Amino acid sequence: MNPDETGAPREPAKKFLLVNRRAPWGTIYALEGLEVALIAAAYGQDLSLLFLDDGVYQLLSGMDSTEIEMKNFSRTYLALEGLEVNKIYVETDSLLRRGLTEDLLAIAVTSLSRDEVARLLADQDVIINF
Amino acid sequence: MLHIVNKSPTEKASLQRALLVAVPGDVILLIEDGVYAAVRGSRSEGEIATASGVSVFALAPDIQARGLGSLLIEGIRLVDYGGFVDLVVNHPPCQSWL
Repeated sequence: MNPDETGAPREPAKKFLLVNRRAPWGTIYALEGLEVALIAAAYGQDLSLLFLDDGVYQLLSGMDSTEIEMKNFSRTYLALEGLEVNKIYVETDSLLRRGLTEDLLAIAVTSLSRDEVARLLADQDVIINF
Repeated sequence: MLHIVNKSPTEKASLQRALLVAVPGDVILLIEDGVYAAVRGSRSEGEIATASGVSVFALAPDIQARGLGSLLIEGIRLVDYGGFVDLVVNHPPCQSWL
């Protein structure tokens, strides 16, 4: 039953965080995480994405998977902004340890310190890991 | 001999293990997520630099898929799938550090 039709108050949107910690091609996790992000965006939840550890590799620009014969899903990250998924976070330390900088990424992100990552995690209603 | 490493150096210690036993004249080939070790400024750069006499190759299609083409450590050579086969043929035996 749709709560709007009964006049019951709508529940406040829950805060969802998707934590992405895997590199893009070696496993299916990155693609699965991206698909869940697209679905969650469609349900109008308060959605945040956090890229930690090898997950930061998912956001590098210039990926071309033609030669490994896999569908290049990396461009789909660019669609997140159009779906009003704007809370995209990257841990600065995860980038630095891998010799990477924020300007190498394909989309705009908010960089977080380790303490800020801890606060972001603690502030969620639901955390889903990929 | 040829050491093949296919795991990310920040996820598993496969590359470190290969470097522990690689001797001068050996070849290391980075494939799949192993190619992240070929990025300039990563922790792996220093580890690879200490392995003297060991040549390091990376599989070009995996580098391209990950957007790493402009981020490579100097001295790492790229091979295509044909070059992969040549390394296997020319440097037996072959050990895959899964």
